[in-house]
Amino acid sequence: MSAIRTVGTVAVSVFRESVRDKVLYNLVAFAVLLMAASYLIGQLTAGQDIKIIKDLGLAAIATFGLMIAVFIGIGLVWKEVERRSIYSLLSKPLSRAEFILGKYCGLGLTLVVNVVVMVVAWYIVLAYMATTVPPEVRAAWPAPATDLGMLRAVGLILVELMLVTAIALFFSTFSSPFLSAGLTLGLWVIGHFNADLKNFEAVVDSRAAAWFAHGLYYVLPNFSAFDIKQQVVYAQAVPASYLATTALYGAVYIALLLAASVAVFSRRDFK
Amino acid sequence: MPVVLVMLMASAIGLQALRERGGELPTGADSLLYVRSPGAVQRLALSYKSILADVYWIRAVQLYGDTKLGRTAYRSYSRLYPLLELATTLDPYFDVAYQFGALFLAEAPPGGPGRPDLAIALLQRGLEAQPDDWQLYQAIGFVHYWTTQDYAAAADWFGRASRQPKAPTWMAPLAAVTLAEGGNRRSSRLLWQQIQQSATDDWFRNEADRRLKQLDAMDQIDLLTKVVTAFTARFGRAPASWAELARTGFVRGAVVDPTGAPYRLEGSTVTLDPASKLLPLPKEGGARP
Repeated sequence: MSAIRTVGTVAVSVFRESVRDKVLYNLVAFAVLLMAASYLIGQLTAGQDIKIIKDLGLAAIATFGLMIAVFIGIGLVWKEVERRSIYSLLSKPLSRAEFILGKYCGLGLTLVVNVVVMVVAWYIVLAYMATTVPPEVRAAWPAPATDLGMLRAVGLILVELMLVTAIALFFSTFSSPFLSAGLTLGLWVIGHFNADLKNFEAVVDSRAAAWFAHGLYYVLPNFSAFDIKQQVVYAQAVPASYLATTALYGAVYIALLLAASVAVFSRRDFK
Repeated sequence: MPVVLVMLMASAIGLQALRERGGELPTGADSLLYVRSPGAVQRLALSYKSILADVYWIRAVQLYGDTKLGRTAYRSYSRLYPLLELATTLDPYFDVAYQFGALFLAEAPPGGPGRPDLAIALLQRGLEAQPDDWQLYQAIGFVHYWTTQDYAAAADWFGRASRQPKAPTWMAPLAAVTLAEGGNRRSSRLLWQQIQQSATDDWFRNEADRRLKQLDAMDQIDLLTKVVTAFTARFGRAPASWAELARTGFVRGAVVDPTGAPYRLEGSTVTLDPASKLLPLPKEGGARP
């Protein structure tokens, strides 16, 4: 129980620090982007305003979240080491595992707050835009403007962001911020090419290379699995089993990375 | 410090305006399409396929509009199909991109590229992703009806549309009328009335409205031509003006087209005013009796 309290204390301090660092300012940028887009899109395109605002909202939530996860995640441990505050922290009744988990949960909390506020702003813009469209046009949409089914995609985006945070935190336990950012973003990009790794035998003759690529497909985090934006915008069926399996996959991968982070960080010598 | 910042900003704006006054540098017609391969774009888009599809769609709309209105130095629609292909590869369910895109591609020059073959190819790509979407079948029939004027093919595609799960009940009669009377005004009117009633988009509804007014104008021109012929038979010469026809009791009130523009009378020929929004009138197809 006390371990949970300790982790919670670290998490809250990380959240407060991110507020102090004006991370939540991105919410203003998000709101301005959506409001400006909702006005401009109507002038630029032919009758696809709602679809485009849905796409834009989901893409912006994912992008803003990714930036926060990567660029704050890589500094979580490094900043404490660089400022030498790690010595005073570790001299307190705080284990290294609690420190890592607290840092992770703190950034997770920041991301959740960000995503929730962005989603609320996005739904308000969509609801407003729907009022500007005649009822007969609304009737032809595959789903209402404020379709709650889109939250399924938001949920998987959040799991993806938590996974990116875990990767960034893992790299930050042993490398510099620049390298950590490069490695995290690199893994995120590779994770979106996973389908190509799976079907590598279609483009190479070497059986060994195909097997190697196949192995990478299973070992590397499969970020493309978290992307169901297109399906929810068209209100297509996404089986609950798919959502559950993907979320569980993310959770297991996050647990693996956190365990690895704790293991690496526990062995670090700060003398 | 604030004064310096304001002055620097004002200088930047002034220089921008000054540079623009010198005209734009020439750009190659294809210089804006960085990646042409749909497969490559699909991979590079990572998890942003939908929003990138929207970007390509907006670019297609802008290209079509700018070229049609003559706002571009190169009056070329050559990038229209690649942009639509990229948009629909990234988002295979992008119905509007298929339907509007096909209309854009099929439109005869100078209002469009005049490529019904590409319009049909685009719609058939849509059918690969959504084989039971009746609107895509209807759109292919539409291209055959209006552009290639192959009424048998149009009727065939309308018939296929009528057999799709969510097809409206008027689709089957439309196929039959097209087969029997393809190209005549009655079948055209039926087609546009159905589109006007079922349109879920302002653009389609306005276009149907305009097309129906064109058909009304064609009927009115036929009627007015008969009136002019009757006047000529009675007085041995063509009327000098609509006013003369009105004085002699052949017509009553203003002789205007459905948009309110006056008809033009030259000798025995009645035409739309060159400024009429209904121009150009559609060609009469090979109507069957």
